[in-house]
Amino acid sequence: MNVYHVITEIEKVDPEVYDRLDGRRSALKQFTNIGGKIALATLPLFVSSLFRKAYGQNTSSIVGVLNFALTLEYLEAEFYKKAVGTAGLIPAANLPGFTAIRDHEVAHVAALRQTIMQLGGTPVTLTAASFDFTAGNGSMSGPYASVFSNYDTLLAVSQAFEDTGVRAYKGQAGNLISNNEVLTAALQIHSVEARHAAYIRFLRQKRGAAANKPWITGNDTGGIPGVAAIYAGEEVTTQAGVQITGINGMNISASAASESFDEPLTQAQVTAIVDPFII
Amino acid sequence: MEILKRKSKNPELPEALLQSQINRRSFLRFGGMVGASVVVAGSLSGITGCSKDDNEDGINLGSGDIGVLNYAYALEQLETAFYTQVIQSQFSGITAAETAYLTDIRDHEIAHREFFKTVLKTDAIPALEVNFSAVDFGSRTSVLGTAKAFEDLGVSAYNGAGKLLTDVNYLLAAGKIVSVEARHAALIRELLSPNTFGNAEVVDSNGLDLARNPSEVLSVAANYLKSKLNASNLPTS
Repeated sequence: MNVYHVITEIEKVDPEVYDRLDGRRSALKQFTNIGGKIALATLPLFVSSLFRKAYGQNTSSIVGVLNFALTLEYLEAEFYKKAVGTAGLIPAANLPGFTAIRDHEVAHVAALRQTIMQLGGTPVTLTAASFDFTAGNGSMSGPYASVFSNYDTLLAVSQAFEDTGVRAYKGQAGNLISNNEVLTAALQIHSVEARHAAYIRFLRQKRGAAANKPWITGNDTGGIPGVAAIYAGEEVTTQAGVQITGINGMNISASAASESFDEPLTQAQVTAIVDPFII
Repeated sequence: MEILKRKSKNPELPEALLQSQINRRSFLRFGGMVGASVVVAGSLSGITGCSKDDNEDGINLGSGDIGVLNYAYALEQLETAFYTQVIQSQFSGITAAETAYLTDIRDHEIAHREFFKTVLKTDAIPALEVNFSAVDFGSRTSVLGTAKAFEDLGVSAYNGAGKLLTDVNYLLAAGKIVSVEARHAALIRELLSPNTFGNAEVVDSNGLDLARNPSEVLSVAANYLKSKLNASNLPTS
């Protein structure tokens, strides 16, 4: 490993890397000095230590993850505020459920903002005007143009947001492992999003999307147009190298194998999915 | 890599070793460097290997990540046994839709149980004996009420156990499972009472689901288990 090369590559995307490393000179001096003292096998440890110091897990990296999550929560909170506030859109029988979801998402926004500030970070601030829930990139006439006038469209977009949210949090858990409190809170939000997803999926199944169970089968899109990216990868049946289909002689189908584990999405994947909804 | 998986977050580790542990975790994130970590982790293995279960009763879940995985394995065993009996002796008046849902859930729980058993290999605890004397399998209310309790308990258990894990791969696996348990919980709750998928019983005013520590979870689970579990060596943070 050419450590110097690694650092100079990082410098291209983060000009402040040397400052983070307590200055270029001392950083490079440390590298120079270790050459004869540390066995090659332990070099990665030293590098990781340096990186950890540079991008301390209690500051920038965790705040970055939380601001990413906060953006998604704003999206959901503003979406459900508008949905619940639109008279005649949601049937009375389901209004309590949507209201509960709205309240959860609004609470998530508040909780994430507070956590980010406690960590010394600056939370992003978004408003209703930040979003185009038709997925029209601000045109307000995207593919889901009837989102606030047609209940089935509302349910479809709701499902898309909730299943995306579950995958987004799952993809970030590993990045929070160094902070027990933040990790636990993120997990507590993650499972609430999964409850929402199951509820919305259950409602859609009852309204005719017969294959759209509360859990995700394969990479099925539940009959929703334009959401393939949200379900891509959910079809896997191997977990940590273990084949779940027919595991240990059990009668577990490929469908059940895919349903029994939800899959993560990377931040980049999630950002691409929600991009048309953010102005 | 087995050594890595066994290492626990021991609060009594000397500062230098703690530092190594944190470093290991952080450089796992950078990827491609995992192989070299064995050198450091190997020096830790002797420290966490000591157990203090000699004067404790019950099936020892173990320590470190292995202990946490056995804890999850125990809960998945309990859930699997329950849903297996639910499908074998279906409650009166069960609908086709309910049968389909509960059969799916049974299969998911089997998949979870067998996954942990396979990952744990020789470290896996034995098959547990259950005690469902409190459940009336002929009654929809009793069956779905028990299912609700198990699913909510499972969600809170995984939420509380995430921080106990040191291996990001295990954390991810647990994350993949817990959201499916939450889907189960929401569905069962909807079958019992509409719009209760995440009511105030389980979601607080901050919009957070419950997170319980192993001792809280196991004290509830003990009501449904003949086998006694010994969680005394599980990590606590």
